Amino acid sequence: MKTSSVRLGVDIGGTFTDVVLEVDGASFSTKVLTTYIAPENAIIDGMQQVCTKAGITPADIGQIIHGTTLATNALIERRGAKTALITTEGFRDVIEMRTESRFEQYDLNLNIPEPLLPRQCRYTVPGRIDATGAELMPLTEADIAPVVEAIAEAGYDSVAIGLIHSYLNDSHEKLVRDVLAKRLPDVMISLSTEVSPQMREYERFNTVVANAYIKPLMKSYLGRLEGRLRDEGVGCNIFLMHSGGGIISLENAAEFPVRLVESGPAGGAVFAANIAARYGLDKVLSFDMGGTTAKICLIKDQTPKTSRVFEVARTYRFKKGSGMPISIPVIDMVEIGAGGGSLAHVDAMRQIRVGPESAGSEPGPACYGRGGDKPAVTDADLVLGKLDPDNFAGGSIKLETAASETALRAVLGDMLDMDAATSAFGLAEVVDENMANAARVHAVENGEDLSEYTMIAFGGAAPLHAGRLCEKLGVERLLVPPGAGVGSAIGFLRAPFSFEANRSVYMKLSDFDADKIKALLGDLKAEATGFVRNCDADSDILSEFKVYMRYTGQGWEIPITLTEAQAMTPNAATFEARFVEDYTKLFGRAVTGMDIEITVWSVNATTPPEKVTEIDAAKPSGDAPIHGSRSLFDPATAEFAEASVVLRDDMIEGAEVTGPAAITEDETTIIVPSSRKAIRQPDGCIDITTKKGA
Amino acid sequence: MAQSQSNVAYQVMWNRLISVVEEQAQALVRTAFSTSVREAGDLSAGVYDTHGRMLAQAVTGTPGHVNAMADAVAHFIRRIGRQNIFEGDVYLTNDPWEGTGHLHDITMVTPSFYKGVLVGFFACTAHIVDIGGRGFGADAASVYEEGLYIPIMKFAERGDVDDTLVRIVRGNVREPDQLIGDMYALATCNEIGHRRLIEMMDEFGLDDLDGIAAFILDNSRRATLERIAALPRTSAEGEMTVDGFATPITLKVKLTIEEDRIVSDFTGTSGVDKKGINCPLVYAKAYACYALKCAIAPEIPNNAASLAPFEIEAPVNTIVNAVHPAPVALRHIVGHFVPDTVYDALDKILPGVVPAEGAGCLCNFQVSLRPRTDAPAPPDAVRSEVLTFNSGGSGARPEHDGLNATAFPSGVMTMPIEATEHAGPVIIWRKELRPDSGGAGKQRGGLGQYMEVGAREGHEFDFQAMFDRVDHPARGRRGGKAGACTTIAQDDGSEMFGKGKQFVPHGRKVMLALPGGAGYGDPAERSLDLVKRDLLRGYIAFEAAKRDYVLSDADIADVQEKMRKGDTV
Repeated sequence: MKTSSVRLGVDIGGTFTDVVLEVDGASFSTKVLTTYIAPENAIIDGMQQVCTKAGITPADIGQIIHGTTLATNALIERRGAKTALITTEGFRDVIEMRTESRFEQYDLNLNIPEPLLPRQCRYTVPGRIDATGAELMPLTEADIAPVVEAIAEAGYDSVAIGLIHSYLNDSHEKLVRDVLAKRLPDVMISLSTEVSPQMREYERFNTVVANAYIKPLMKSYLGRLEGRLRDEGVGCNIFLMHSGGGIISLENAAEFPVRLVESGPAGGAVFAANIAARYGLDKVLSFDMGGTTAKICLIKDQTPKTSRVFEVARTYRFKKGSGMPISIPVIDMVEIGAGGGSLAHVDAMRQIRVGPESAGSEPGPACYGRGGDKPAVTDADLVLGKLDPDNFAGGSIKLETAASETALRAVLGDMLDMDAATSAFGLAEVVDENMANAARVHAVENGEDLSEYTMIAFGGAAPLHAGRLCEKLGVERLLVPPGAGVGSAIGFLRAPFSFEANRSVYMKLSDFDADKIKALLGDLKAEATGFVRNCDADSDILSEFKVYMRYTGQGWEIPITLTEAQAMTPNAATFEARFVEDYTKLFGRAVTGMDIEITVWSVNATTPPEKVTEIDAAKPSGDAPIHGSRSLFDPATAEFAEASVVLRDDMIEGAEVTGPAAITEDETTIIVPSSRKAIRQPDGCIDITTKKGA
Repeated sequence: MAQSQSNVAYQVMWNRLISVVEEQAQALVRTAFSTSVREAGDLSAGVYDTHGRMLAQAVTGTPGHVNAMADAVAHFIRRIGRQNIFEGDVYLTNDPWEGTGHLHDITMVTPSFYKGVLVGFFACTAHIVDIGGRGFGADAASVYEEGLYIPIMKFAERGDVDDTLVRIVRGNVREPDQLIGDMYALATCNEIGHRRLIEMMDEFGLDDLDGIAAFILDNSRRATLERIAALPRTSAEGEMTVDGFATPITLKVKLTIEEDRIVSDFTGTSGVDKKGINCPLVYAKAYACYALKCAIAPEIPNNAASLAPFEIEAPVNTIVNAVHPAPVALRHIVGHFVPDTVYDALDKILPGVVPAEGAGCLCNFQVSLRPRTDAPAPPDAVRSEVLTFNSGGSGARPEHDGLNATAFPSGVMTMPIEATEHAGPVIIWRKELRPDSGGAGKQRGGLGQYMEVGAREGHEFDFQAMFDRVDHPARGRRGGKAGACTTIAQDDGSEMFGKGKQFVPHGRKVMLALPGGAGYGDPAERSLDLVKRDLLRGYIAFEAAKRDYVLSDADIADVQEKMRKGDTV
């Protein structure tokens, strides 16, 4: 029975390890507590649980796909290996000097996060490449030898190599590697040109340092995991989810562990993309809201938006610039400190502020009755009638509405002359507006108009807020899929094998060189395809071509997608037309009379997306049985109204619910605002649309 | 309920406006051509009501621009005339006195119309690399030599760009494509802000911004006044002396805290200089206000009401109130020292809040490259203007060390050297921390940095220096020691000056050591662990560790051993 139709998805998160087993279309899932010291233990435990449920043994599993926050956490908690950096003489402090600016301008006591490697761990060698890729000053083995000796004596486990302009010419980096590897064969080495071949030294050096820093840890973990799984009788291949939303082999993951950063959220985006495909939706906004943060991602043409750089380990209220930049292909999402546990206060301007401080699970929101005296988002949700105090988490936690009201009045109401309900309304509106703003800014940066989008919501707190968010964003349709609690792990099972290779090479359209482009893109295609071929020996492999273009003199490029024909038989007029088209769409007007240049070339190789059967929309089969009713606050009219309560399990295909209503299940509650109505689709999704569309 | 309900809606709208102007600023960064804007973030963006009062301003940006631009829109309304404001218009200026302090800042203002009625304005400012004249630097004797002056006028009327203006601009600057590209970027960014505002007004069913403007300004005013009322009602004086161009400049301030305002009076400050380091009052005010806001009301967003209680007075023709036609290209040098001057006074009123002096002004230079003239130049040699922003160390704080190579008070970023080297045939040979440059103290001053600047084979260049603290180091507070001074010379030892345009022949490099911040508190009280950490990291050398902090030989041996083993502290 060992076929790839038996597949296991495993997502190690901060609190829970989610395990999903799919056997011939049937799905079995569990959540077990993450075991920090030996994360593989939770996986084995979870795997045994779902195998028992499905009545199979681990030997029957045909494929395992794994994603994890371990890489991210190692960077946040600074639990990496003893690591050194070798860089160009004169540039020892690039990763410490950062952008030489303060990310919060009004805080006189601001501290800048320490670099991953302190200064004594950063070594320099002579030699210099210039901005054309030519050698300005040579580098010899004799120059490198003393540094290698110092590294040998200090006993580093891992070494990052990052030299100036190496993305244009990697010969010096390779020479350093060769000398180092010869003298110290056991030291792990990471090259900036292999990890992140892009211009801007701070981002590139930081990325290669991060890779080197977590490499020994991740390599050892992945090795142990493989061993434990084999001991359990698992015989199949094990793959890793990467930040870009695809899957790579265990070996590649161990070599480039920085590519595993944020793989869990990437799985969530893939999960949403798969649902988008099921419904034939080309414009989707995925909205994932948990206990401490909310993540928002744009999914166009059933493919999550990707980016080339993001920031990890923000240290200062999730503020931009307070973390460290990692430049790798990544699913582009915004994450803000807004979750069910986010706490509210009133600031000096008498404005309600929510998050990023979170109540966590201890003491938790005030309504948990564990001593929390500050109002959290969950408290507001309770007072507004969105949550049932007697049926939270399947009835396992009894919520205390009075405690929520007291906290809301004490922290917000007394300051602002509002009663508890109005305070709750204010709190919920502020957190919803924060998320809506994050979504708007993200859409603008990508030149998108959200009113044409459909939202897909998952994560414990999302269904409580998604309806209101849609009203704020002018989004007319919302889908809440089943299994939303383990969305990322399900997403892993939907992800293709993929790898994106990219390179910084400058070319002006006035110096357009078709042969050079063909050769470059050909190389990138071969490189990316090689990674994918490692994972799958037979499948078709598709190539997606993207070039990053800008007007000569600008600093920020926009990605231009090319067809294979446009890429492999390149001509300047086509490139120009594609650029002007996309630039105008993004920024309103083209700039006349300027040369245009290409800065980064990228090829993403991927196996074809899993065949998805489109859903036939459910035919209305009558109103869902009403389980009861309760008073629910309607933010659009700012008044409480009587809302019907429906059990999700009672909703058969085509069952309808008219807002205002609460559709409840063990993990969460879906709020249908008074402006909307809901219908259960054949795949179990609750499909919520505006009434006027009826 | 009705009252508190509108309160909730206004809370939402205020958040939205702050988000709108942030989008506006991001659009500018994405579309700009000058490295000063796109890499360094030397810009600002904001939204105004029909009276020209600033309602919100982007977090992205730098204080000098932000607070100066707050006053600019009122000038535009007056100069253009309300009867001449039409839908589709875009206005601009680089007037140092009605914009943001020098000709190198272009400010653009776009009226925002909703259903045919004027509802507000969007404004943005960006520092551009060249505006003609002598080039960016200190050497001009009057503003006429500093470049093309564009009075407040229309860039576009009812959507049509003024082609005559564009041609005049193109004909007067060294990098016309870059400047025209930046002008379009500024117009684009206002347009993005306008679109978002209109969406918000649709969503909330607003016909005008009067209600939300009153809500924002009332709450901000009340919050700011509460902070001021909590301060002791007293006054104190502060002063500091810096290099200036040929003669030192003394900045003096008397800070008076009144019931509902704080007045910074710069009477007694040096007069205007012959060279272009003078500062229009609007720019000095921006930084005085910034310094006070950081110390007193840091989290209150900038808008017309939260800025209003911070008043400035300075006699005409002092260097902080230079008037037309004084040269003002490098107004940032004096402007960036205003906060340290204000803090000298404020420390006497609120001890234990403000930092020791830091590097102060940004350590900028502009390189004008050209094919070598002493011998035949290679055919691929070019002319090019390259501007870079760099920072020395910031001053130590009462509870924290100063920040290494980090701008204060300016909010701009440095440019990646890989991006700088793509902007022209310049080579940055070195850019790294400068050990022993942070003033000793219980809290150590931030380190400055070393830089070495040359050109690609076949080029020579003029080096426009814009440095201070060559002769006047950052002064320590409460027993903290001074930071290291700026040094500048060529690699063969030829002398160079801290300010002004200086020729650098083919093959030579400029060697820079940028200043450190000063220390805070007695160095003898510094934690031994921190001294050892600094030594291990090479922030201080062994000699300094023994001299300034009395580290024992055993401690030093311990650090040496750790260094060899690659250990951390």
